[in-house]
Amino acid sequence: MSVISPTMRRRFRPDARIATIAEAILIPVGALIVAALVFSVFLLVLGKDPVRFFGLVWTGGAASAFSLQNTLQRAAPLILTGLAFAVPARIGLTLLGAEGALVLGGFTAAVTAIPMIQAGWSPWIGLPLVAGIAMSVGGVWVGLAGWLRHYRGVNETISSLLLTYIAIAIMNFLVEGVFRDPGSTNKASTMPLSADWRIGDIPGTSVHWGLVAGLILAALLWILMERTTFGFSARIAGGNLRAAQAQGLPVGRLAIASCAIAGACAGLAGFFEVVAVHGQANASLAAKYGFTGILVAFLARQNTLAVVPVACLFGALAASGGLVQRRMDMPDATMLVLQGIIFVTLLVSETFYGRLPFFRTSQSGDRT
Amino acid sequence: MSDAVFSVLMAMIGGAIRVSTPFLFVALGETLTEKSGRINLGLEGNLVLGAMVAYATSYSTGNPWLGVLAAGAAGMVLSAGHGWICKLPKVNDIAVGIAFMNLGTGLAFFFGKPFIQPTAPRLDAVALGNWSATPQVRQALLVNPLFFVGLALAVILWWMLKSTRWGLTIRMTGDSAASARAMGVSVDRVRLLTTASGGFLAGIGGAFLSLYYPGSWNESLSSGQGLMAVALVIFARWNPLRCVWAALLFGATGALGPALQSIGISQGYYFFNAAPYILTLVIMIISARSEAASRAAPSELSIVK
Repeated sequence: MSVISPTMRRRFRPDARIATIAEAILIPVGALIVAALVFSVFLLVLGKDPVRFFGLVWTGGAASAFSLQNTLQRAAPLILTGLAFAVPARIGLTLLGAEGALVLGGFTAAVTAIPMIQAGWSPWIGLPLVAGIAMSVGGVWVGLAGWLRHYRGVNETISSLLLTYIAIAIMNFLVEGVFRDPGSTNKASTMPLSADWRIGDIPGTSVHWGLVAGLILAALLWILMERTTFGFSARIAGGNLRAAQAQGLPVGRLAIASCAIAGACAGLAGFFEVVAVHGQANASLAAKYGFTGILVAFLARQNTLAVVPVACLFGALAASGGLVQRRMDMPDATMLVLQGIIFVTLLVSETFYGRLPFFRTSQSGDRT
Repeated sequence: MSDAVFSVLMAMIGGAIRVSTPFLFVALGETLTEKSGRINLGLEGNLVLGAMVAYATSYSTGNPWLGVLAAGAAGMVLSAGHGWICKLPKVNDIAVGIAFMNLGTGLAFFFGKPFIQPTAPRLDAVALGNWSATPQVRQALLVNPLFFVGLALAVILWWMLKSTRWGLTIRMTGDSAASARAMGVSVDRVRLLTTASGGFLAGIGGAFLSLYYPGSWNESLSSGQGLMAVALVIFARWNPLRCVWAALLFGATGALGPALQSIGISQGYYFFNAAPYILTLVIMIISARSEAASRAAPSELSIVK
């Protein structure tokens, strides 16, 4: 009976470790290429030119300084929601709660900032406080799914998605009711934040500070998951729950804590959407960043550092969406189809881990 | 006052029948799939894709029943993909479900754009309330034939699972894949067939959404009904007959907001929108650790492990 999984054992042998890393990069990249081919066939069947499509994605997502900044702007919330899926996934939990935590976090940020602005607080004190509140609300919301999972045996995937729907309904209810700004006639919104409470862009760019927050959190969470006893225990529990329990690890607390971290990341994404992008809370907070984050985390193989480049990739897809729509006369759902195809090929590619002869090392035979 | 209560009550009964039908179809499909030991979280995608295909077919052929059939076929194709991928080793069926939820919704939105504006022929209702002079009763008892198809399917499915050879094979596959293999049953094939058939039923549930109630195609047509139906199956303990009651209960909760609005109480309309989700969550909390539910659960199912 050993707690150390074959993957971990391979880490101690340098050549095997390189093979593991190569496998973890090449298989997802292969899946992306297959997805691009499948999508090209889809476009050809519809009589559209795939070369033109991918050319436009390049133009709209990366070719100029403007499009690069557009990409990074959209990548910022995706990094945070990608982290929100990746961290609990390491402990074996499949959570779809990021969208709800983002919406609730953004909403509470908007409504808690208003009285502080009215009381004349300095944004230097107020904004960190509001960010903390948004993160706590998100953390409690998703943490609830973890708690229900551990103490009540409720499936966390379904409960967290239900919590997302409930969060969106609560926000709509309050935005349409108590917290509605009487001035918002077109679309019910909360009171707009004053200009000095809006977080500006990183100097010299048009990218907001949420990107920096995402980068810092990705690095911190990587240290937490890979270099601390917390992360080690969480990974053991994710690999073999029974073994972790037999070792006396606090499985329940680990699960709830990782859910709370996930919710806090998503809540922070909501905070930045409000203070840096929208300036108020309304229905546009539910922009599906939480759901795209799931795909981001899957493609990054739940590695918090890999979440960053993958989030940029999907940010580029989102940024070039408008260009593709206009130039090729295609609906905005085009990117949804592409994302769906990427998701499916990615999951099919899971079956190849440890089975490709190229990556086999002498010990990899005992991987199940 | 009692007039208002009567109106709300009738609106809720009528609403329960109307709203419950898609729940019923998805829940029956999911029951069939889960009985064979596999979970398909992607039926939300089937529901949306089915709604779009049904509306488009009804619009171009003029026959809504052809639309129902096409929706079923689209759902079946989508779920056959799910079933095929899940049989590969080391693939997580819950994740595949999430992927197909996205793919189905994406395809529906992509091909559905031209059909948001036009009006397609819808399914007709059967008027069962002509004996009554009260308009609320008449309104409530306008029932769509698909509801009765769903009821009949529930009985057939219950009988099929309980007393036929096919039913026995499906239950055995769901309870112990090893013994099914020992009996010479191809576990993968059984699961592929139940997943595909379950997808067919979920597609029909989608057809009901676009062709009867709410009765048009748009991108916010379904908001988690497909997913709630999965939770509903756990609550119904994998019993098709219980699915009927559970679906009606969900339907009544979903009808609460519109029913109150019909007598002028629109305060908290958005809050009542959350009622079905809250009910689902509460039901899941109650039924998760119940003895009866764990006895009825197919033991190969990843979601109850």
